[in-house]
Amino acid sequence: MRDPAAAAHATDPAAADAKLVVDGVSKWFRTPRAEVHALDNISINVAEGEVVCLVGASGCGKTTLLDIMSGLTRPDSGRVLTDGQLVEGPGRQRLVMFQESALFPWLDAFGNVMFGLKLRPDLTNRERKRIAHDFLDLVGLKKFAHAHVHELSGGMKQRVALARALAPDPQVLLMDEPFAALDAMTRDQLYEDIQAIWRDSRKTIVFVTHNVREAVCLGDRVLLLSPSPGRIAQEFHIPLKRPRDINSVELAGHASRIAAALKGSPPGTVSE
Amino acid sequence: MKRFAVVTLFFGALLGLWQLAVMSGRWSPVLLPSPLAVTEFLWGSILDGSMQEAVWVTMRRLVVGYAIGVVIGLPVGLLTSSWQLLDDTVGSLALGLQTLPSVCWVPLALLWFGQTEGAMLFVVVMGTVGSVIIATNHGARTIPPIYARAARTMGSEGLHQWVRVILPASLPFLVSGMKQGWAFAWRSLMAAEIFVTILTGFGLGHLLHYGRELNAMDQVIGTMVVIVIIGLAADRIVFSPWERFLHRRWGTSAGNS
Repeated sequence: MRDPAAAAHATDPAAADAKLVVDGVSKWFRTPRAEVHALDNISINVAEGEVVCLVGASGCGKTTLLDIMSGLTRPDSGRVLTDGQLVEGPGRQRLVMFQESALFPWLDAFGNVMFGLKLRPDLTNRERKRIAHDFLDLVGLKKFAHAHVHELSGGMKQRVALARALAPDPQVLLMDEPFAALDAMTRDQLYEDIQAIWRDSRKTIVFVTHNVREAVCLGDRVLLLSPSPGRIAQEFHIPLKRPRDINSVELAGHASRIAAALKGSPPGTVSE
Repeated sequence: MKRFAVVTLFFGALLGLWQLAVMSGRWSPVLLPSPLAVTEFLWGSILDGSMQEAVWVTMRRLVVGYAIGVVIGLPVGLLTSSWQLLDDTVGSLALGLQTLPSVCWVPLALLWFGQTEGAMLFVVVMGTVGSVIIATNHGARTIPPIYARAARTMGSEGLHQWVRVILPASLPFLVSGMKQGWAFAWRSLMAAEIFVTILTGFGLGHLLHYGRELNAMDQVIGTMVVIVIIGLAADRIVFSPWERFLHRRWGTSAGNS
């Protein structure tokens, strides 16, 4: 369970010890027919080492919000800070793990993990190689370092993607429904792995999902996003001990509470 | 081994049919020489060195013209793929020029350059460049944008992003662009050699041309056989291995040989 102070900061944009601050972010999308208000004045503080899950129906703007956190998309108003620094573009302090496999097919698994490391001038080549091997080992793919991307299964691909995102040692890890395309058994295994990795690294993580159970399993806090325009409707603290079992009764209890709150919010499709 | 046997059988049967047609006597041997006569011509031209000379002259023109076409076409194709204004202008021009059969460049080239190597080269380059631009442009547009997004989050930008992400991601399309360009360069050069009579080099196209002038059907058919073999060899030796490698890497298909 996280310290309660972190919760108090959730609505205070000036929180000094927050690793990631989203401060009054709004976003509109202009289409030829209409202007869509995607995000409305969203403020979130994520403390160092905290795992925050954003849950909402498809189209509620959660991926847009994650893009803004990463710096890939500019907000129309508001700002994002990491360690008090204004985010003005993408950078390796905030690495993203995407929904679909964004691995580079022209590189093998090892080459993919090395890609981000090579962009760190502070490392020597020997250090880079050692780190890449360490992280492939960490995600259980030591033997597959030189496998081509298409030779890996869906779960293995996302493991490589996880290693690639962790290896350059980002301040914040942003995950955009990274397990949505995987089968349930592979996912359950990855929940355990993610928790083990988090236990050792205490990374600050923002995890976007439409799967309430997944959010409860991984998050210290679960933020519920309501659609059109995207707003933070509700916040839940998950005081369960780690490691958590996604199939446990306790976890299901929390999940059903959040699922009920989701149903109360405007309609959308959300898996339980 | 079985495939080799089938291929041998197929071409053997083709030769057999040809020989049967000759033996039927329905066509004059002047218009339809026997396979043996064509082989004799080829053998003779190899012995006196005129065939090697013609192949060498033609290949030199082809490689130079093709290289220029690719060096211009690849970057322009990549640029038009990422810059709409350039695609609307230069891209449309390339598309228009590509629909123009390359032999249509011959009169213009002759007037501009006269009966020179320059005219020959000009026709090949003009025939190549448009198709390379279009194939590359089309290919680069189908690169999943997520590669660039992922690279940007890892701190890749500018030149690094072009060299390490866009370029390798477009490799499969660059190869198809280059293959397309090769086919067009080959066709353009043959057109140019048949229509531009020059004395600085006697290529395969000229062998064809003078075969017609001299009513030497064995020379015409023999030269055509050589042209087909060169086209086939370029595909099998240069492009197929490259495509197979990319297919293996990308896992797109088992690869065709």
